[in-house]
Amino acid sequence: MSDMTMTVSGGSGAEEALRFHVTEDHHPENATLLGFWLYLMSDCLIFACLFATYGVLGREYAGGPSAKEVLELPIVAVNTTLLLLSSITYGFSVLEMQNNRRGPMMAWLIVTWLLGAGFIALELTEFTHLVSIGAGPGRSAFLSSFFTLVGTHGLHVTSGLIWMIVLLVQVGKKGLNAANKRRLMCLSMFWHFLDVVWVGVFSFVYLMGVLS
Amino acid sequence: MSDHTQHTHDDGHHEHAHDGVAQIHVTLKGYMTGFVAAAFLTILPFWLVMSGAFTKSGPADAFILLLAAVQIVVHMVYFLHLNAKSEGGWNMLALVFTIVLVVITLSGSIWIMYHLNQNMMPSMMKNVQNLP
Repeated sequence: MSDMTMTVSGGSGAEEALRFHVTEDHHPENATLLGFWLYLMSDCLIFACLFATYGVLGREYAGGPSAKEVLELPIVAVNTTLLLLSSITYGFSVLEMQNNRRGPMMAWLIVTWLLGAGFIALELTEFTHLVSIGAGPGRSAFLSSFFTLVGTHGLHVTSGLIWMIVLLVQVGKKGLNAANKRRLMCLSMFWHFLDVVWVGVFSFVYLMGVLS
Repeated sequence: MSDHTQHTHDDGHHEHAHDGVAQIHVTLKGYMTGFVAAAFLTILPFWLVMSGAFTKSGPADAFILLLAAVQIVVHMVYFLHLNAKSEGGWNMLALVFTIVLVVITLSGSIWIMYHLNQNMMPSMMKNVQNLP
C-alpha cells in the first residue's frame, strides 16, 4: 500500500487525484490495527490448541489430586474481578486519549497496570501454593495441561504489563502523537483480548473443573 | 468500502484520518454498557457454582459455557469495538475464519479423544488375558 502511495506521489494534477483515492480508501495507518488483529487471531489459535489439550487431559489425574480438590474459586473470583476492572480502566484510558488529555490517560494506564500486576501476583501465589502441596505440573496430565494453559495466559498478561510500561515512557517523553495513539490502540486490543481468553479459562477450567 | 468512507465523512472526523484511530470512536456509554453486562455474566456463573446451586456437571456445564460465549460476544462488541464494518469487513472475516478453526480444533480433539478413551477401557477388550 505504501508502495502505491510512493509511486503516485509524483506531482501532476491527475496523479494528485489518484493519490487522494488511494489514501482515502486504503487507510495505510489502519493496516497496523488490522495486522495486529490478525496476530491476535493467530494467538487465539494457540489458546484453542491449549484449551483442546486441557479438554482432553483435564480429567486424567494419574492418582493425583483432582481439579475439585486443588482449584480454589475464591482466589479465581478475585483474579477475575481484577482483570475485568483492568479492562474498564484501560477503556477509560482510551477515552482520555481520544480527548487528548495526557495526564488522566497515563493515570488510568497506571491503574490498569496495578490491577494487572495484582492479577499476576495472585496467580503466582496460586501456582507456588499448588507446587508446594505436591500438585506441580509434573504430577499428572491434568496438572501439566492446567499449568500450560493458565501459565501461557499469565505470560501474555506479563508481556502486556511490560508493553504498558514502555508505552508510559513513550507517551511521557513524546506525548500523545499519532504513533503513540496507534500503539495504545494495539495494546488496547491485546489487553481486551486477554480478558476474552480469561473468560474461557475461568469458565472451562475453574468453574467446570470444580463441578466435575 | 464506499460505505466506510461515507461514514468517516459523516462523523466529521475526516481531518483526523491520518492519526490512524479515527475510525474507532469510543464512548463512555459503550464501555459502561459492556462492563455492566460483563460483570453480570461473570458474577452469575461464579455465584451459581460457589453457592452450591450447581453441584453436578452436565446441564450446568452447558449453561456455564453458554454464559461464557455470551460474555465473549459482549467483550468483542463493547471492548474490542468489533463490527461488520471495521477495516472494511476484514476484521470480521478473520474472526469468522478463526472461530471455524477453533471450533474444529476443540470439538474435534475432545470428540475423538473421548471415543479413543472409551475404546481403551479394559471392559471393552474381549481377550484381556491375551494382553502383554
